[in-house]
Amino acid sequence: MKAIHDRWCERVRAAAADGRPLRLRGSGSKDFYGQPLLPGSGEVFDTREYRGIVAYSPSELVVTARCGTPLAELEAALAAQGQMLAFEPPHFGPQATVGGMLAAGLSGPRRSQAGALRDYVLGVRLIDGEGRALSFGGQVMKNVAGYDVPRLLAGSLGTLALVTEVSLKTLPRPVAERTLVADLGEGEALRRLAAWNALPLPLSASAWFGGRLSLRLSGAAAAVASSAAALQRELRAAGVAVGHLPEDEAAVFWRSLREQTHPFFSATAPAGDARQFAAGVVGAEPLPLWRLALRATTPPVRPAADGAEPASTTDAPGGIAGGATGTTLIEWGGALRWRRDGDPLALRAAAAAAGGHATLFRGDAPLKSAIGAFAPLPPPLAAIHRRLKNAFDAPGVFNPGRLFREF
Amino acid sequence: MSGLAFAPPRFAVDRAALVARLRAVLPEDALRVDEEALRPYECDGLTAYRQLPLLVTLPENEAQARAILRVCHELGVPVVPRGAATGLSGGVLPHPDGVVVSLARLKNILAIDPATRTAVVQPGVRNLAVSQAAAPYGLYYAPDPSSQIACTIGGNIAENSGGVHCLKYGLTVHNVLRVRGLTIAGEIVEFGCAAPDAPGYDLLAVANGSEGLLVLITEATVRLTPKPELAQVALASFDDVTRAGEAVAAIIAAGILPAGLEMMDKKATHAVEPFVNAGYDMDAEALLLCESDGTPEEVAEEMARMQAVLAASGATAIRVSQNEAERLKFWAGRKAAFPAVGRITPDYLCMDGTIPRHSVGRMLQAIADMERRYGLRCANVFHAGDGNLHPLIMYDANQPGELERAQAFGAEILELSVEFGGTITGEHGVGVEKVTQMCAQFTPDELALFERLKRAFDPAGLLNPGKAIPTPARCREYRLARLATAGERGTPCCAPAADDATHDVWGDPADGASAPGDATKTEGSR
Repeated sequence: MKAIHDRWCERVRAAAADGRPLRLRGSGSKDFYGQPLLPGSGEVFDTREYRGIVAYSPSELVVTARCGTPLAELEAALAAQGQMLAFEPPHFGPQATVGGMLAAGLSGPRRSQAGALRDYVLGVRLIDGEGRALSFGGQVMKNVAGYDVPRLLAGSLGTLALVTEVSLKTLPRPVAERTLVADLGEGEALRRLAAWNALPLPLSASAWFGGRLSLRLSGAAAAVASSAAALQRELRAAGVAVGHLPEDEAAVFWRSLREQTHPFFSATAPAGDARQFAAGVVGAEPLPLWRLALRATTPPVRPAADGAEPASTTDAPGGIAGGATGTTLIEWGGALRWRRDGDPLALRAAAAAAGGHATLFRGDAPLKSAIGAFAPLPPPLAAIHRRLKNAFDAPGVFNPGRLFREF
Repeated sequence: MSGLAFAPPRFAVDRAALVARLRAVLPEDALRVDEEALRPYECDGLTAYRQLPLLVTLPENEAQARAILRVCHELGVPVVPRGAATGLSGGVLPHPDGVVVSLARLKNILAIDPATRTAVVQPGVRNLAVSQAAAPYGLYYAPDPSSQIACTIGGNIAENSGGVHCLKYGLTVHNVLRVRGLTIAGEIVEFGCAAPDAPGYDLLAVANGSEGLLVLITEATVRLTPKPELAQVALASFDDVTRAGEAVAAIIAAGILPAGLEMMDKKATHAVEPFVNAGYDMDAEALLLCESDGTPEEVAEEMARMQAVLAASGATAIRVSQNEAERLKFWAGRKAAFPAVGRITPDYLCMDGTIPRHSVGRMLQAIADMERRYGLRCANVFHAGDGNLHPLIMYDANQPGELERAQAFGAEILELSVEFGGTITGEHGVGVEKVTQMCAQFTPDELALFERLKRAFDPAGLLNPGKAIPTPARCREYRLARLATAGERGTPCCAPAADDATHDVWGDPADGASAPGDATKTEGSR
């Protein structure tokens, strides 16, 4: 492994000397994310050869793994000890790597309860833009010596450094889990989620789609049972149809959200859709996928700039049997809203008005290039970003343009 | 070893011109210029270091703070932001050529929203005041440093403060959603936002624990936590500190995540018991406090599991709080440990290293050995669940040489923390106190990156200069001094680059990249 690491340092130094950008990449499962990979975005630097779990001590709640370690392998090792990565990182592919997970910085359904990926990052080893090997943070929970570089690298899309190793906090798997489903419209679901949010309920995930709200409760067996009973009583008293999913079905459902294999995420524009037709698109093209992060209590978002907001089928309770209906899917107690429609600028404006931001999560390269995958930064923050990029990667070798076009 | 002189980089400042410029933008009582008015600002909780500032300013709002920064930036004057000055590492020690910006007057709670479980507060709001304001909604602010009655949210963010409930509820960085502040140039910036995952780099994470070197905080949105219905604490006695340390590991290994998991050794319990009458077992070599919180069913389930593990780990006695008054009494001793030790010794130094939990026993043995070598007593209080140690080294500053011995004692504990794979500071910050030990934990290349990172936020280098990050010259001196000390002691010196001393990154798992005593190691695949 040392030989690989030495070779990597050398390769980065050579690239820096020649002014050749490098495109850091694990399995490519998240190539779609961020700014589009245009020709000239650098020679691919495959990180998968540097792999393996370096240390794992369940009683310390810490695991350290090399960047090329398959995420599935890491999660299996934790599961064997009854532990987990509590932020439920999406894989988006069977070969997803630990390095890619850190670079993307994405968290899954449990985020609203357990926190984000960055909350679990304890330490990193990295190679900077001039080929120097550096280490920050460590394997302990509390560490305020120096700036928090490890968390800064989470979600930086490989633009600051080549992270070779990461230490993550692990947590015990919950003893019990139970998933409830209730037929509720969008507005009513959001109102109830907001009310429950202020209570000490063990809510570990929530999702609303097509007139159905799903709630996952996790924790001590007694707490899950009593909370499930209390929620069912409350909903039934309000005349809401409520039931629960069998354990295996629930696991499949939450995984389909985490991995975006749920039918909502594969929605295509029907052939003959007027807007698609006008845009010259023929046949079933994947619709863009928007990720709106908002203040959780934001009422249903109805950007109307394109004038053709579909009729509000989404607020009416209705079955979802057999497929995808509706253009909105809500997670994280209302703080995360996926959209398959809407005018880009109107969505960006609506998100900003709700204290948040809109990311073009999946979309074709021309659209992403035109408006940017991420909401643009205000000028003082953009200036800090450029200087930070320069602090880590002065030669500009790592993933140029992947996060924002400018650097 | 460092003396107690603060020797920051100096700046040529025309004081009269600076006063005139600040008078033009501030109301009369927002500026302090006389020596007697400056005196109360000469130190923080680390009173061994004292330094008068050039001036003190007390802005009433963000606009005034902005005006101060613009003047200082234009004239090249260092700025030291200050909250309640309860910090223990000299982080708000004034700069001799600089302006202290006290945020004490920015003390309004601007909003509390139970539905999003957030509070928007100004930086001078006290930690406990947030919880008190949130209490009518059944919510509280989880991070609870022991100074929570006095310390402010701005200071908590600057230090990434912890407390006794971090294991389950996280540090400040996990409980702050947004920071609004000013760059040294007076630009308004917001890191994070009211929604999750703000676009771009995670500047919010870097602002937490940045010790006032990156940004002057003017507002923050913090996360509130639903108050658990019930909390109960078990008080377990052990006749051996190592066994108590092993019990901590056993609780975590059993899949339990206690709300609090604290440890005190015999010297600490003997200091606090006469002070608070908590009813502690005075025969025990170590006491563990294990708290469970949640619904009554959850607490009952977890308490039963926790007691079983404690008993199996060799606890000689276990008492469980039977009501809230008793729970608070059990905690009172732990929370009063610092002042209690202050009563039995003229002076003490509080260390703050964090180590992997499995090294706690080895560290305690090493500290016992140091007590003999330095001829000083040390009481030990730990955030055991986090591996965060607070050895309290007792000394008398009036006895010649004792302060220097206490400092050398402390430095040795910190360096050992790094050798064990931990850190020199878990929650108190580097400040001026531990800036030299940063040279033990980081290589020159790593320290250079910290300096570049600072300059990305503060290109002029005017925010709190001389703190937290040592200069290359200081580290060269440190390494030479270490070599000399090691020669005197006749022990091998730790490798100059802590990078390689802490753990062997290249070793395959079987070579022991993790320490002995690990329950499990997983073979890396190749």
